[in-house]
Amino acid sequence: MGVAVRVIPCLDVHGGRVVKGINFLDLRDAGDPVELARTYDAEGADELTFLDISASHEERATTMEMVSRCAEEVFIPLTVGGGVSSTADVDRLLRAGADKVAVNTAAIRRPELVAEIADRFGNQVLVLSVDARRAPEEAATDSGWEVTTHGGRQSAGLDAIAWAKQACDLGAGEILLNAMDADGTTDGFDLDLIAAVRHEVTVPVIASGGAGAVDHFPPAVDAGADAVLAATVFHFGTLRIGEVKDGLRAAGHPVR
Amino acid sequence: MKKVVVLDYGSGNLRSAVRAVERAGAEVTLTGDFDAALEADGLLVPGVGAYAACMAGLREIKGDRVIGRRLAGGRPVLGICVGMQVLFERGIEHGVETDGCDEWPGVVERLQAPVVPHMGWNTVDVPTGTTLFDGIEGERFYFVHSYGVRDWTLVTNDRTKAPLVTWADAGDRFVAAVENGPLCATQFHPEKSGDAGAALLRNWIGTL
Repeated sequence: MGVAVRVIPCLDVHGGRVVKGINFLDLRDAGDPVELARTYDAEGADELTFLDISASHEERATTMEMVSRCAEEVFIPLTVGGGVSSTADVDRLLRAGADKVAVNTAAIRRPELVAEIADRFGNQVLVLSVDARRAPEEAATDSGWEVTTHGGRQSAGLDAIAWAKQACDLGAGEILLNAMDADGTTDGFDLDLIAAVRHEVTVPVIASGGAGAVDHFPPAVDAGADAVLAATVFHFGTLRIGEVKDGLRAAGHPVR
Repeated sequence: MKKVVVLDYGSGNLRSAVRAVERAGAEVTLTGDFDAALEADGLLVPGVGAYAACMAGLREIKGDRVIGRRLAGGRPVLGICVGMQVLFERGIEHGVETDGCDEWPGVVERLQAPVVPHMGWNTVDVPTGTTLFDGIEGERFYFVHSYGVRDWTLVTNDRTKAPLVTWADAGDRFVAAVENGPLCATQFHPEKSGDAGAALLRNWIGTL
């Protein structure tokens, strides 16, 4: 049997509201993260990830309240990311009710942050979010993959595979691997990227980016993903959590 | 309604534990106060992060003594995650050995599995006679940990009853739960294990 492949919906929140369009089911308030979290929980989501795209302190404070309300109503793990840049940020999120915290850009700027968070809170709370794509010829990396920032618009000048490995050595407990080349295509996960990261790290890998159909999910797990994350296909009702799990189960992967 | 104290001895997500126990039907207080923890019908000992840091935090509020005193009086204690690990003899993390509460023999050490941390929903191998898992023997529970008790040889004699041990497999076999009279513990997080976790907490509250 073994541990189940986790299916994780990701919600973009801004000032405590879900911002990407949600048009499935009969939600009274499609922008309310708590109601949406409850719905996904009922559908069998194994975890929830909130990505806070707020810019101001006031908006972030609202997000914190939102996390608290979710943690009080939904009894599955919650990961929160977006703008986390210090151990104080992590402490606030954990106290608000988050179980795991995703760091991205701040860790690229200052890799010691990974060690600081892991030393204080344990590596199980720390998800390193990596926005990776194939490196262009003029900026080749050893592995052929590079890290990007600003939603994939800028190169960070880092080898994505080496960065994932370094972050794990520093204490990251999980990798959220966002394939920027596949993101938004709905053509399927970037299997080469998943395999390349899986080969170099021993922590769980969450595959993200490119999911568009049920049969896209099993190959991601075959390539080495321990969990699969998607946003749009779930929010727009293109796919339901249960369908994705049925597909994984039919392919021989354990699911909850 | 039974009164449960969730022992507060450091940072981390305690809100979920408090709410989950409330939802399971108990009156919950989050505190590190010695007397309150001693007097409650049930004491829940959470724990996340490093073994050494958890033990230090626990000792600071005399949590180890509260646990010992409660058990001497047959009063229920439930340890969760690192809150379970600290009940064992000692823990070894990054080569650092730390004494635990020593309620049970055994060492907490790093899991020898291809992927660590063990993170996600796993099945458990429940022994007959269980109370905690009554009605939820076949469910999956949410784990997130890199260390565990990988070996426990149970010794019984005419006078003592061996603990009921639930095992799980993450590519490495480890103790997932223990039921030992008033002292129970789970390596997984019932407060994060959805309906199955709620049922387990209700089963525990039923013993108070």
